[in-house]
Amino acid sequence: MSLQKNSASNPKTMLDKIWDSHIVDAPAGKPAIIYVDLHLVHEVTSPQAFDGLRLNKRKVRRPERTIATPDHNVPTSDRALPIADPISRKQIETLRNNCAEFGIRLFDIGDVRQGIVHVIGPENGYTQPGMTIVCGDSHTATHGAFGSLAFGIGTSEVEHVLATQTLLQFKPKTFELRVDGALPRGVTAKDMILYLIGQIGTAGGTGYVIEYTGACMMALSMEQRMTVCNMSIEAGARAGMIAPDQTTFDYLKGRPEAPSGDAFDKAVALWKQLPSDPGAAFDLSKIYHGADIQPQVTWGTNPGQVRGIDQSVPSPSDFEDATERKSTEQALQYMGLTAGTPLQDVELNRVFIGSCTNARIEDLRAAAAVAKGYKVSGHVNAMVVPGSGQVKRQAEQEGLDRVFKDAGFDWREAGCSMCLAMNPDKLEPGERCASTSNRNFEGRQGKGGRTHLVSPAMAAAAAISGHFVDIRDWSYKA
Amino acid sequence: MQSFIVHNGLVATLDRANVDTDQIIPKQFLKRIERTGFGQFLFFDWRFLEDGETVNPEFELNRPELSGASVLVTRKNFGSGSSREHAVWALDDYGFRCVIAPSFADIFFNNSFKNGMLPIVLDEADVDELFARAAKHPGYRLTVDLNKQLISDDFGFAKEFVVDASRKHNLLHGLDDIAETLLFEDKITKFEVSRQS
Repeated sequence: MSLQKNSASNPKTMLDKIWDSHIVDAPAGKPAIIYVDLHLVHEVTSPQAFDGLRLNKRKVRRPERTIATPDHNVPTSDRALPIADPISRKQIETLRNNCAEFGIRLFDIGDVRQGIVHVIGPENGYTQPGMTIVCGDSHTATHGAFGSLAFGIGTSEVEHVLATQTLLQFKPKTFELRVDGALPRGVTAKDMILYLIGQIGTAGGTGYVIEYTGACMMALSMEQRMTVCNMSIEAGARAGMIAPDQTTFDYLKGRPEAPSGDAFDKAVALWKQLPSDPGAAFDLSKIYHGADIQPQVTWGTNPGQVRGIDQSVPSPSDFEDATERKSTEQALQYMGLTAGTPLQDVELNRVFIGSCTNARIEDLRAAAAVAKGYKVSGHVNAMVVPGSGQVKRQAEQEGLDRVFKDAGFDWREAGCSMCLAMNPDKLEPGERCASTSNRNFEGRQGKGGRTHLVSPAMAAAAAISGHFVDIRDWSYKA
Repeated sequence: MQSFIVHNGLVATLDRANVDTDQIIPKQFLKRIERTGFGQFLFFDWRFLEDGETVNPEFELNRPELSGASVLVTRKNFGSGSSREHAVWALDDYGFRCVIAPSFADIFFNNSFKNGMLPIVLDEADVDELFARAAKHPGYRLTVDLNKQLISDDFGFAKEFVVDASRKHNLLHGLDDIAETLLFEDKITKFEVSRQS
């Protein structure tokens, strides 16, 4: 990978640099052909792509740049049993067969490295700064936390990448989203990204790649940066990225698939050139302040319908725009909420701690710290789903599973689980859930299910209290 | 890939904004391994009642006079959420050839073109006008001419729409992206080799 020297007369954004270094061809008036460094594959969006390869007698061009894992359909309970749902079972078997046929490395059920695709990429060191990374899943934006260009693609594009190791792309516009200052105590990366989506709207980032900057962002750990970037798509942005720095390099050092020894030092020297140059121009810029952010709770049926914990469920009349008013009415009806109800009065019966947004070890530590010494409320069913076999193992080494089980949480195997109910974990109609996932669309977690998106600590506190509470007032027990 | 040149079709309107891909095709139907047969699951949770079988009489697309509709007119940010191309497959299999809205989510927009489906962006005012006309004229139809980039009806409505030239070309000719890219295979190899140094 070679990068242009930093030029004061031609300052470039990080997107510019990554884009320019991956162009295979850029014909006038057509989308550019962009090389793909890493292609992540899971069982839901790949079957038809592999079928397409077979039909056209094509091979996977770069199996060594492709890794796969089943995550959406996998049960999070006893994995020794065969998968009950025949269609889920078939889809996972199809992935297994396709990987064997085309020579792709598969982290299958039973392998400790299996897990949610956006958890296993980074934790094994596959995800690195400056890369182009794609997957048939919109939360691929997660990997942008490392200073990579990472975005979701549809199945036709999955087939295109498998066959050519490239993608046809129009260059997106750039959006600098800066958050200055510091996050108050009790306010997490999840709250920050929920707040930002509330501010810019679910289409605020459409057509853009967001670069998150500012002291609040750079103070985050890698896992926290992943939480932020993960939800870029909920603001309409296909990709989100954060400049790599020492935090990034320290995270990667020693990971199995990351460069090592001299190669690592060489890589770091290159990665240090990636951040946007001073004076680089963005197509759009917005600035926010950490001090303004409270713990957040979504009340509606899209992630932009969100408020701070000490606020109340809004009323349609709070909105000037007629479409917003109608949307609010529909959301309140679906969610079974009354305008003006304080969010802290909203009771719930399910809690889900997991998903590619918040199922890494730091998320589990945060939730466990809240749960320690307490019991889950009698009318709540709460589950914790680690993001991968490795996260699960580490959590168990730290005794977090004990903390959760003692408190009455259900401790599960790794997978996408109740984020999207493609597996046995789902809400029944009318059930209200505090979820650390990324989407609260109608029926997302189960038909008629009511989803409220929150941070892991807020979810744990809600599980214990039986309703939403302000985590900033929580009494932690040692 | 099917091509799109000129299409005249019955219009169905969906008066909701931010229709996300979970509504277009709920996730339980993503378990299929084929590309086909998704039309029966389109807008599943809105089209059917609780039992998943009884047709919901309240849902606009279920009105008998809209049977065979092939042009969908809807509100802003259509197709938000997941990257699932199954959303496009469902619309296509159901019979829609194009979707007209004030705005689309990026990934859905992109996925549409890969399947010979034309997503058209029109001003909100023009979309409002189409809603009004569809409500006023039973059996309302539109002609969508990709060559001329023109949408018209039988009552004097005529609006040009913008579409990227290369996407238009591929859609007019039903071109397969992968075959097109493989014409540049030597450049891909050259790029890979240059990386080794």
